[in-house]
Amino acid sequence: MTSKLDSKIPEGNLEQKWTKYRSTVPLVNPSNKRSLEIIIVGSGLAGASAAASLAELGYKVKVFCFQDSARRAHSIAAQGGINAAKNYQNDGDSTYRLFYDTIKGGDYRAREANVYRLAEVSSSIIDQCVAQGVPFAREYGGLLSNRSFGGTQVQRTFYAAGQTGQQLLLGAYSGLQRQVGMGNVKMYARHEMLEVVTIDGVCRGIIARDLTTGKLERHFGHAVLLGTGGYGNVFFLSTNAMGSNVTAAWKAHKKGAMFANPCFTQIHPTCIPVSGDHQSKLTLMSESLRNDGRIWVPKNLEDAKALRENRIKPNDIKEENRDYYLERRYPAFGNLVPRDVASRAAKERCDAGFGVNKTGEAVFLDFAFNTLRYGNMEATKKGIHNPSEAQIIELGRAVVKEKYGNLFDMYQQITGVNPYEQPMMIYPAVHYTMGGLWVDYNLMTNVKGLYALGEANFSDHGANRLGASALMQGLADGYFVIPYTIGSYLNNEIRTKAISTDHEAFVEAENKVKATIDHLMGVKGTKSVDYFHKKLGLIMWNQCGMARNAEGLKKAIEEIKALREEFWNNVRVPGEANEMNPELEKAGRVADFLELGELMCKDALMREESCGGHFREEYQTEEGEAMRDDDNFKFVAAWEYFEGNNWEMNKEDLIYENIKIAQRSYK
Amino acid sequence: MENNLNLNLKVWRQKNAKDKGGFEEYKLSEISTDMSFLEMFDVLNERLIVEGKDPVAFDHDCREGICGACSMFINGRPHGPKQAVTTCQLHMRSFKDGETIVVEPWRAEPFPVIKDLVVDRSAFDRIMSAGGFVSINTGNAQDANAIPISKENADEAFAAAACIGCGACVAACKNASAMLFVSAKVSQFALLPQGQPERSARVMEMVAQMDNEGFGACTNTGACSAECPKEISLTHIARMNRDYLMAELTSNK
Amino acid sequence: MNWVTKMFSSSIGQKFIMALTGLFLCSFLVIHMVGNLQLFKADDGLAFNTYAVFMTTFPVIKFVSYVLYASIIFHAIKGLMLVSKNNKARPVKYAVQNGAANSHWTSRSMGILGTLVLVFIVIHMKNFWFEYKFGHEVGYTSYFTNIATGETGSRAMEAEYKQHNKIEETMVSSPDGQQYKIVVVKDLYKEVATEFKEWWLVALYVLCMFAVAFHLYHGFQSAFQTLGINHSKYNGLIKFIGIWVFSVLIPAGFAAMPIFFFFK
Repeated sequence: MTSKLDSKIPEGNLEQKWTKYRSTVPLVNPSNKRSLEIIIVGSGLAGASAAASLAELGYKVKVFCFQDSARRAHSIAAQGGINAAKNYQNDGDSTYRLFYDTIKGGDYRAREANVYRLAEVSSSIIDQCVAQGVPFAREYGGLLSNRSFGGTQVQRTFYAAGQTGQQLLLGAYSGLQRQVGMGNVKMYARHEMLEVVTIDGVCRGIIARDLTTGKLERHFGHAVLLGTGGYGNVFFLSTNAMGSNVTAAWKAHKKGAMFANPCFTQIHPTCIPVSGDHQSKLTLMSESLRNDGRIWVPKNLEDAKALRENRIKPNDIKEENRDYYLERRYPAFGNLVPRDVASRAAKERCDAGFGVNKTGEAVFLDFAFNTLRYGNMEATKKGIHNPSEAQIIELGRAVVKEKYGNLFDMYQQITGVNPYEQPMMIYPAVHYTMGGLWVDYNLMTNVKGLYALGEANFSDHGANRLGASALMQGLADGYFVIPYTIGSYLNNEIRTKAISTDHEAFVEAENKVKATIDHLMGVKGTKSVDYFHKKLGLIMWNQCGMARNAEGLKKAIEEIKALREEFWNNVRVPGEANEMNPELEKAGRVADFLELGELMCKDALMREESCGGHFREEYQTEEGEAMRDDDNFKFVAAWEYFEGNNWEMNKEDLIYENIKIAQRSYK
Repeated sequence: MENNLNLNLKVWRQKNAKDKGGFEEYKLSEISTDMSFLEMFDVLNERLIVEGKDPVAFDHDCREGICGACSMFINGRPHGPKQAVTTCQLHMRSFKDGETIVVEPWRAEPFPVIKDLVVDRSAFDRIMSAGGFVSINTGNAQDANAIPISKENADEAFAAAACIGCGACVAACKNASAMLFVSAKVSQFALLPQGQPERSARVMEMVAQMDNEGFGACTNTGACSAECPKEISLTHIARMNRDYLMAELTSNK
Repeated sequence: MNWVTKMFSSSIGQKFIMALTGLFLCSFLVIHMVGNLQLFKADDGLAFNTYAVFMTTFPVIKFVSYVLYASIIFHAIKGLMLVSKNNKARPVKYAVQNGAANSHWTSRSMGILGTLVLVFIVIHMKNFWFEYKFGHEVGYTSYFTNIATGETGSRAMEAEYKQHNKIEETMVSSPDGQQYKIVVVKDLYKEVATEFKEWWLVALYVLCMFAVAFHLYHGFQSAFQTLGINHSKYNGLIKFIGIWVFSVLIPAGFAAMPIFFFFK
């Protein structure tokens, strides 16, 4: 371990670390809090919850988001649920079990102390959200309902229909708006952070662009918190929102903050496939569909070809000619294997030529079998003897509709195909990025005063995130971690008077931003920003997606460099810099993706093992399963930036004192 | 199945808030019916950029119907011809070959146009700041299961809370009234025990802010609910009316 | 600001005024309808004229009638104010607006329908109420009823005839010893019968009843929604009454009156 990375994990037993830390962390006197200013970038679960909580404590808070309202942050799109070790179902859940499942699910690439703390505060998150009026699903007795999710054997997921993220975000947003109304938070919507300001290596503020007027603004803060989400849009097509970007984190990175495990990306297995070149984003279909949908492709290549050419319909293929490949390969878990495994298996079949839509990149998710099963059950329940097949199908469809009706409607709306009659087509898509800014136990990056929360940091999910854990982490960081840990830094800052934004560091930072904008506006080339973004996405998806190999990654690095060069020489940004200019916004973001993409490939190339979402084709068993290398790669790779897109890796070794490391198997 | 359309697009163009603005016509060909409405705009913008013209600005983000950013008034209806979908989930198979499609921004005094199809909806945020919350600080909460809530009320509260704040209700209403938006939040909390302590103050404050912003009054036409992508019911408006009446009559304010 | 003014100046409060006055006007329509059914009685208008006197002299009714005038004025003025406020909420109109896709046309036309109804009320009150109270056209008719046999007859008084009260009753004995009750009363019935011989007035009245019907088609149900009464158990009843009573039965009944006299 290099001396540059100090994870600041408290001493003591795993169970005692956080409790003891909380009780001994230095506090800031209430009257001093009033003069301490905190800048929060991003208004998702992490940002909004942190803003509300810190403002309640008495700090002066400024919140920035690029959307027109804090409520639109992409946390809103999370569907499934949020985990918490409440053990309301009396099925043996505990803080330790949630901790264990998360570490194991992350394929042993996450930090023990952070994950244990996450499991510990998970219960308080549910309490907090319920108290805010978040309408979680309930049982008839009036108590909270739970469901199970992939990778666990207990029911610990709390949910609000298929809109859990929305409800949690609106809860945090309402807390935030309350503080805005009270004057404790100043909200800057339609503002994008474009630079971190540091003075003597300490973070002192940001430069933001008012997206309505194009004006650059300087803002001072005693601390800056980035809750800016993940960078999945580096792939162009992903389930992220169109505006989701890496810019804030990347600017922090270029100001010295290390970027950890950038290659750890999660590919979600059940998304609606790409329908053509016009595709702008991918839509997730909840993982819950795999409970009743069976995944298959044809056994014969000729059938697959005929499907692609639209000569036959899926239902024309006889049962014995279908390959239910997940059930075949993983009889124990079947269609319910974890996300990374399911995604890779789909890719393997499609690469072998069995893809079923015109692009050859889709597999079937078929509800026919379970429709019949439910239909028969219903018929028995209703006392119908010798029901006709049509009757069974009708009864079965009603059950499926009850369970997944809204998802089926959404599917039909997007594809124009009725999923009750024909099997759905799905394909994996980029969904979440486990990597992010390196942070210590306090969530502070290696730049003093600069913090990263939620998906923007790297800390809790290792190499693969379990379902329903992202919401948990975002809110844990915002509500229950940062309000304590920030005190350990700010209590030393009470003597720092607000620094004038006329300080040369601010002037310099603003000039740099201005120069970048002028450069982008000045190229006046022939290709649109999207042209480059799509090209980058394709490189990333093909070489740094579900499966990677050294050759491809090396090639990708060269291609990205060339593309970056072309971008800066031939991009066309219409309009002016001093007005609302969505193309300019996109250009800035894509410029950063073009650098991040290279680092991701570098990281993937360095990590000569397969773990979680990172699958190196060279490191697999004969049966095609991932081969982790704990002897050589049980560390966090934290990359340090040097001028001219050069990086140096720092290692933070991962020490497992409370968990016995094992190979994951779902056979 | 996929088909291609030729379309005649009439889009509102307005350089900035001060500009008067007007319609521009664009002819589009080879538009796949598999495209979403916004992807059709992506195609148009790509063409405009290459031609050296200014692309059409419009709000959008998640493109899966939940963030509430997209906001186009299409052929006289917010979010276009289909029920219960947002603009981003509207697909081109809902249109006919050769059709003329008129696209305008939301129109309301409290939603001033910023550029082209982008409007300022911060009025909604200010209404939320006025009372759209339960005043509890982080860390004070009791155990989540300490307050049982009937499933019926929880489901009804959820149905109200499903509002995405897109403003289609205001856009659809002939009076540009925000009653459906405000009532969804008032109703959500009115149905839950957590919302009771501030029930009176909340409805009075939120209605006052709604009026200050300059939204119109409610004529109960039902257009808001009919056009709401989340199908928020008019019963929430009735509940807010009732709560408002009771609050004014019985509170000490 | 006093809480009452504050409440009624809010957008919801103004709607309360609309709902409350509107429902009160609906209740008046019921009374007005029931009373006016006496026009169809074949007694040369004795019952109707007596009723008219009662309605204009009985103190409680008189008081209620002032409330009624106030309600009409309030409903109309508030309504017009709301229309103007609502117009201001959308200063730039849509080039294309497809309201039919999401709402019933009556609900979108309450202002114009209400204005038509208001114009009608003015004409209607000028024709009958004003003439009856202050005008000179309405003459007197003397009705005589044989107490023993119940036979009746009537005779119009001369145009110059005046009496202090709208109605005067006397008992007289005829030379042959028969007892007669003589009622001399202002003959509004005759005024009605005369006026409704004009085809254009009949047409106007019938048309205006359509305006009333469409106004109430939405208005009656809308008032309940405004007052917060929206419940799946009662909505059906409210809808039924709103449509069948207030937008069919009552307007049809009122429209029948001018038609009846036109063809009589």
